Amino acid sequence: MSKLVQALNSARVRGWLYQALFVSGTLAVGWYLVSNTLTNLSKRGVATGFGFLNREAGFEIGESLLTYAASDTYLKAMIVGLLNTLTVSAVAVIFASILGVAIGVARLSSNWMVGRFAAVFVETVRNVPLLLQLVVWYTIMNRLPSPREALEVVPHVFLSNRGLKYPTFVEHAGHGWAFLALILGIIGAILIVRYGRKHRETTGKPFPTLPAALASVILPPVAVFVASGAPFAFDLPVLTGFNFEGGASVSPEFTALLIGLSVYTAGFIAEIVRSGILAVPHGQTEAGLALGLSPAHILRLVILPQALRVIVPPLTSQYLNLTKNSSLAVAIGYPDLVSVTNTSANQTGQVVEAVAMMMVVYLVISLCIAGFMNWYNRKVALVTR
Amino acid sequence: MSKDSIPQSTAALAASFEEEPSQASVATLPGGMTALKPFGWAKNNLFNTRANTVLTLVCFAILWFAVPPVVNWVLLNAVWLGTSDECRAAAGACWSIIAVKHRLIFFGTYPYEEQWRPFLACALFVAMLGVSGVRAFWRPWLVGAWALVLVAMGVLMWGGVLGLTHVANDKWGGLPITLMLSVFSITLAFPLSILLALGRQSSLPAIRSLCVGFIELMRGVPLVSVLFMASVMFPLFLPEGVTIDKLLRALAGLTLFTAAYLAEAVRGGLQAIPKGQSEAADALGLGYWQKTMLIILPQALRMVIPPIVNQFISCFKDTSLVTIVGLYDLLTAATVATTDPEWRPFFAEVYVFAGLMFWIFCFSMSRYSQWLERMANRYNRR
Amino acid sequence: MSENAVIELRKVGKWYNSYHALRDVSLTIKKGEKVVVCGPSGSGKSTMIRCINRLEAHQTGHIIVNGTELTDDVKSVEKVRKQVGMVFQNFNLFPHLTVLQNLTLAPIWVRGMAKSEIEEIAMMYLRRVRIPDQAHKFPGQLSGGQQQRVAIARALCMRPEIMLFDEPTSALDPEMVKEVLDVMIELADEGMTMVCVTHEMGFARSVADSIIFMAEGTIIESGSPAQFFENPKSERTRQFLGQILEH
Repeated sequence: MSKLVQALNSARVRGWLYQALFVSGTLAVGWYLVSNTLTNLSKRGVATGFGFLNREAGFEIGESLLTYAASDTYLKAMIVGLLNTLTVSAVAVIFASILGVAIGVARLSSNWMVGRFAAVFVETVRNVPLLLQLVVWYTIMNRLPSPREALEVVPHVFLSNRGLKYPTFVEHAGHGWAFLALILGIIGAILIVRYGRKHRETTGKPFPTLPAALASVILPPVAVFVASGAPFAFDLPVLTGFNFEGGASVSPEFTALLIGLSVYTAGFIAEIVRSGILAVPHGQTEAGLALGLSPAHILRLVILPQALRVIVPPLTSQYLNLTKNSSLAVAIGYPDLVSVTNTSANQTGQVVEAVAMMMVVYLVISLCIAGFMNWYNRKVALVTR
Repeated sequence: MSKDSIPQSTAALAASFEEEPSQASVATLPGGMTALKPFGWAKNNLFNTRANTVLTLVCFAILWFAVPPVVNWVLLNAVWLGTSDECRAAAGACWSIIAVKHRLIFFGTYPYEEQWRPFLACALFVAMLGVSGVRAFWRPWLVGAWALVLVAMGVLMWGGVLGLTHVANDKWGGLPITLMLSVFSITLAFPLSILLALGRQSSLPAIRSLCVGFIELMRGVPLVSVLFMASVMFPLFLPEGVTIDKLLRALAGLTLFTAAYLAEAVRGGLQAIPKGQSEAADALGLGYWQKTMLIILPQALRMVIPPIVNQFISCFKDTSLVTIVGLYDLLTAATVATTDPEWRPFFAEVYVFAGLMFWIFCFSMSRYSQWLERMANRYNRR
Repeated sequence: MSENAVIELRKVGKWYNSYHALRDVSLTIKKGEKVVVCGPSGSGKSTMIRCINRLEAHQTGHIIVNGTELTDDVKSVEKVRKQVGMVFQNFNLFPHLTVLQNLTLAPIWVRGMAKSEIEEIAMMYLRRVRIPDQAHKFPGQLSGGQQQRVAIARALCMRPEIMLFDEPTSALDPEMVKEVLDVMIELADEGMTMVCVTHEMGFARSVADSIIFMAEGTIIESGSPAQFFENPKSERTRQFLGQILEH
């Protein structure tokens, strides 16, 4: 008896006991819910399992990166939705970052007017629900004039309630090569910038980084373009009947979602950038000045490397939020992952499987971004005692 | 976080780093009095460098072109109480759509003659929020008062007693839904989040990993998917014959979602408590729950009040998503108001109005949270 | 004024909004002179020393450093800052760079020196401040005294003609004060022109050529250490010395 009491008083035994109770409680509740669910599903005659993924979807998807038809499978439909989610998120991340950094820096401006402008922007977009903003952008898109009275924003670019129409080049083999040359040129420019810095650091002599990098980006594609006979023909959008023909277009749903996500997230990024720069103590600037460094060099060599450590982790979680917020596409009819999953679930009745798959996909995206963040934090952590 | 104390020249450096930064913050004339005069102020804050002068002029140009049309649309050319035909003829905003539709926007499909009830409920609610914002009232009786107010709201909304007719909750809509979902979900999420945060900090691996799993799952997926899951899964979870209505399902989904985020805020507070506090409690012979309830939580929770308010703001904004699972909140009501063929062209006015409602609430809450943070800092510094 | 004055302040005035921080401060410092500035807190001594390399801008009067007058002109400010090194109370080392990188940053980007060349010089200075073995550590890994010695070496790497010290030992634990002062004394022995704001009266007595006592934004008294400590002229100085030398 006393042995039992002694055992029960041992911290380790108690720990195991609590855990066993907790886990078995969780399992019991889980089992109860699952068994209820299975009973209910079989009562309703709903199939279970992931067999439906190989069946024919039977619905069209408005926009798709892959060739997709209603006769394709549910699995393919969901992949199309996932790609749409990733597309709109990736483009919105770029726009939101540019806008957010600009506004964040503007908020710190010593110019009172510029600071106020930025503050008004930030306080407005952050304090109105994203969904409301999306609905507003989408309504504006839909209430634009019809293609016949489309607004010609710049020559040959039309904005109408069918979305944005813009000219493209007539396809030609030369374009592919010129594009390849551009990519190589950009890689070259990155190498030149790195070399320029290294050169400056080792020899102390300035290196013409900017002209060299610009030349590397511009010259090769132009050269290839000219060499391949300068195939310069536009495919212009032309109004025929009730709609445009030719050119390329972006749908109103995509445009609304892109604008909404970019603007909303930019408000948050602006605050992150601002507090990141403010987090660098003023003494750092003074030390740089006292050493005779120019303000531009102080920003580049002293402030930014330190501010980025503060900025990047919350920035990545904003990117993650943006990706998750793109799920609001379902409210304005852009065929993203959530929207396609929702349609599939409604058609097959296998809601549980469909929603679970969707959650797993988002979870994987989140874990990837979180993994990146941890790697970055470890890489840049300041070494202290 | 006294952001204000950071000298202005850092900001100048960030904005226009081609200029000499140490110039930015100082008055250039002797006597120091110039800073108080508007001319000197403008010289220091708008025209102190060449780049800033250009920027200021650009800003003025934008104002010059943007302000008159906006003022014309909002005020001068607006129709305040006219008919839809007068609105179509006018060049300005049609505020009469708000005059006509405000009952729909605020209260949705709640029976028209009974709408004083949700009005009273919302008024009580907002008054209670105001009272809760005052630190002097942070006493035990406040919890009791909240319980009373919530009961009163329930009675007002549902009716069926005291001679009030019963209104089923699928008829509820508009502002009461938005307010109730946000406050109830954050209130219910709060205790859950404390348990989750404690679990995450626990030394027992099974408990810790279950809590981590739940928190990371909820934080890794969009709210929309949680709401979908809640709206289809909860009916399936329950034994036969038991049903759960749409409002409660959405509330449950929101609560679980909010709890995960709140748990992370609470964990931040727990981690900020010096280890010495826990060691001192152990040394005094307090048990785990005594230590947690008497020493750790009171300090941690005081620290996390500002993040909790911020979470409340985002929860308030997030309630607008329930429109996707078919609930009739403020945003749904606003959208419905714009679909009336007679008033169809005037969507902007309705959205501006709805946006303003959200904005006023969220902006004042965020200012409040900043104020709380300043107070907390002052408290800590002493 | 004398021919070999390297720093000259003439009736310098400065306001922070309505607060009058410096009132008509006039001062001449000759080449190789060591000046210690002391005074109660809020007396304007830090403000004055920070005006010399224009971390603060004065509003009236003139400041001339090595023949260059400090004005709004960016070029003249840059020129002066290249010739004047500064050591701060709280070190202000760059935490994201190693000790060696802290030392070589400005010579590379401001003086345009080659890395191999300046690294050799930097190691020489690190040896002189007696921490060559810490070259590849980060500032956060060093003790306060070591950090301040790195900060001195960092300023020296720019080969300054004048060194400013703004309370270099105030943020240090007592046992580390000596290691920093030793480095400063060595520097003084080499003939560097130095302006030090400090409360280390032992250092002032042994090293300074002249001592300046400031209060309420003006120079109350200046003179040789002997005169300052043995025979102060003003009551205010006597009172200050009484407080500071009591222990």
